[in-house]
Amino acid sequence: MGLLKRKEKKEQRLYIASQWKLVYWRFFNHKLAVGGLVVLAIFYFIAIFAEFLAPYDPYKYDKNFISAPPQRVHFFDEEGCLHLLPFTYSLEKKMDLETWEISYAENRTRGYPVQFLAHGDLYKLWGLFETDIHLFSTKGGKVFLLGTDSMGRDLFSRLIFASRISLSIGLVAITVSFLFGIIMGGISGYYGGGIDIVIQRVIESIRSIPTLPLWMALSVALPPHWSITKTYFAITLVLSVVGWTEIARVVRGKFMSLRGEDFIMAAKLDGASERRIIGKYLFPSFLSHIITAMTLAIPGMILGETALSFLGLGMQPPAISWGVLLKEAQHIRVLAQAPWILTAGIPVVISILAFNFVGDGLRDAADPYATV
Amino acid sequence: MLAYIIRRIGLMVPTLIIVSVISFIVIEAPPGDFVTAYIGQLRAQGMHVDLQLVEALKARYGVKDPLYVRYFKWIWNLFHGDLGTSMQWNRPVTTLLAERLPWSMLISFTSFVFVYAIGIPIGVLSAVRQYSIRDYIFTTVGFFGLAIPNFLFALVLMWVVYVYTGNVIIGLFSEQYQIAPWSPAKLVDLFKHLWIPAIIVGTAGTARLIRIVRANLLDELQKPYVMVARSKGLSERKVIYRYPFRIAINPVISTIGWTLPILIEGELLTSMVLSIPTIGPILLSALKLQDMYLAGSIIFILAFLTIMGTLISDILLAWIDPRIREAI
Repeated sequence: MGLLKRKEKKEQRLYIASQWKLVYWRFFNHKLAVGGLVVLAIFYFIAIFAEFLAPYDPYKYDKNFISAPPQRVHFFDEEGCLHLLPFTYSLEKKMDLETWEISYAENRTRGYPVQFLAHGDLYKLWGLFETDIHLFSTKGGKVFLLGTDSMGRDLFSRLIFASRISLSIGLVAITVSFLFGIIMGGISGYYGGGIDIVIQRVIESIRSIPTLPLWMALSVALPPHWSITKTYFAITLVLSVVGWTEIARVVRGKFMSLRGEDFIMAAKLDGASERRIIGKYLFPSFLSHIITAMTLAIPGMILGETALSFLGLGMQPPAISWGVLLKEAQHIRVLAQAPWILTAGIPVVISILAFNFVGDGLRDAADPYATV
Repeated sequence: MLAYIIRRIGLMVPTLIIVSVISFIVIEAPPGDFVTAYIGQLRAQGMHVDLQLVEALKARYGVKDPLYVRYFKWIWNLFHGDLGTSMQWNRPVTTLLAERLPWSMLISFTSFVFVYAIGIPIGVLSAVRQYSIRDYIFTTVGFFGLAIPNFLFALVLMWVVYVYTGNVIIGLFSEQYQIAPWSPAKLVDLFKHLWIPAIIVGTAGTARLIRIVRANLLDELQKPYVMVARSKGLSERKVIYRYPFRIAINPVISTIGWTLPILIEGELLTSMVLSIPTIGPILLSALKLQDMYLAGSIIFILAFLTIMGTLISDILLAWIDPRIREAI
């Protein structure tokens, strides 16, 4: 009896739930999507607090540690004693006198404990608060979790700072695409006719040009002497040149299919203004589809920036993005000497996977015919 | 049918015009003009450039003409098979493209075959054995295949090849066949090299195809007619391939035209990383050195090929499906 009642209660809850509540429930039933959301939250948290979380200044180079391999963090010392604080050994550089190859070996005589909330390189968090407290750091020794690059800069710190540009550029670019796409798609879908044909032709033309070559060609036009911020926004515009077409397509399709619905006709007969029909009836009914389309478009934008920077046409050093970090791996000699620079590809793959999972979850959740 | 084809080609004309305008914008976008850049390069090579030559070049390339005149000149030359001269190679763009375009097409076509030969059977298997271990494995691999950028995959592969064989460049031929005339041995050598870029380019497409086939077939298998077929005692093979498979595959065929630009794009990026002598590397170097006639022409040609591909797949689709013929 109790079970039946509970089931009944659940059903009642379902009947009176609003559309958004249903979407919310369905989304949080989707395990992969929730997992993706958690991963993204962690990634963006890291990007926001990059200065604090990175153990070193990303621009600080050390010529004593060029292309040093990732350092191991130890808990047990040579005698097998457990240490409460993990520690690293110092690295000793050796050069092979025949091949001139440089290699590093751990000097196991003395360990340097990794200290948490320790003093390190001076920085200004968000350009406001000056401090030198890092999440972790060592005194005297070094802690290169992912090794160093060919200029002796800590790769782990650079990776953390790179996530700032790489993760935010997708969001900014999708916002620009969204604004432009919703206006063009709305005009195209609501008015139809000649203006619709023109906009559709333009969209189809842009989409028939392979995306990456078009992005490459447009970013070539950016003057190389521009500041990082200027280049950043220019790249988001370049990405949006293609991005808006997808949003416009979704908006137009929805406008077209909703225009003939009874409730729109009823609103029209009631004498509702055009603005009210669009804002109050049309827009809310396809908002979830647009959010889904936007989420699924972000990975493409992140990939675009990474590919452009990797080819040397996007963000330029001294800016740090995942693509800029991977650019170094283009030369096989560098890659062979320091294969750990490929680790910059891992956050790219993970963030794209996470965005795809969240997007899939949103799509399923926004489908009004799906069951809860 | 003929009316549909004519209408479809008619729709293509404005698309081509807009694409040509975009390509022309690409040519004109970088600061400075072609002749100034060209003269700068000649001077950098230590050549003496007198005013007469400058004027002659300016007249030839019409630098002083207004923008729209230059556009129409470019289009006019385009119709006559003249895509301009590459400053960097000092050769006509058409001969450069004729040398390299076939290789791009070959790699794209090989990965196209790879995508469909692998994607459809795996998609069917995943759907028929839903939630089996194999389904989970393929779904996971598929997700990663979609998320790993082409160039990253190429980099990792390049590194692996270097570590295990010591070879740096993968290329399309071994050294001894590089300039050798065509022979069966050279062909075998080509196929030995071709599969690497083909797999790199095709992975994302395969992953996408597996997902589409799997989802479509799952939708179809839930329908009552499948249950009827099963209850009538048809063999499982017949139940799946007789109807559900054919319906599930329909949207896959209709999107063949869209996979083309994705493959071309992947091929460009992969060739840039692996330095395979296709269109990819020359597009990159043309853009970096602002050899804009070459770059703009490549973009126009790629877009043209894509539009043609979509046209062919649309016509094929209309031929198969009468509903589409009447819709437009």
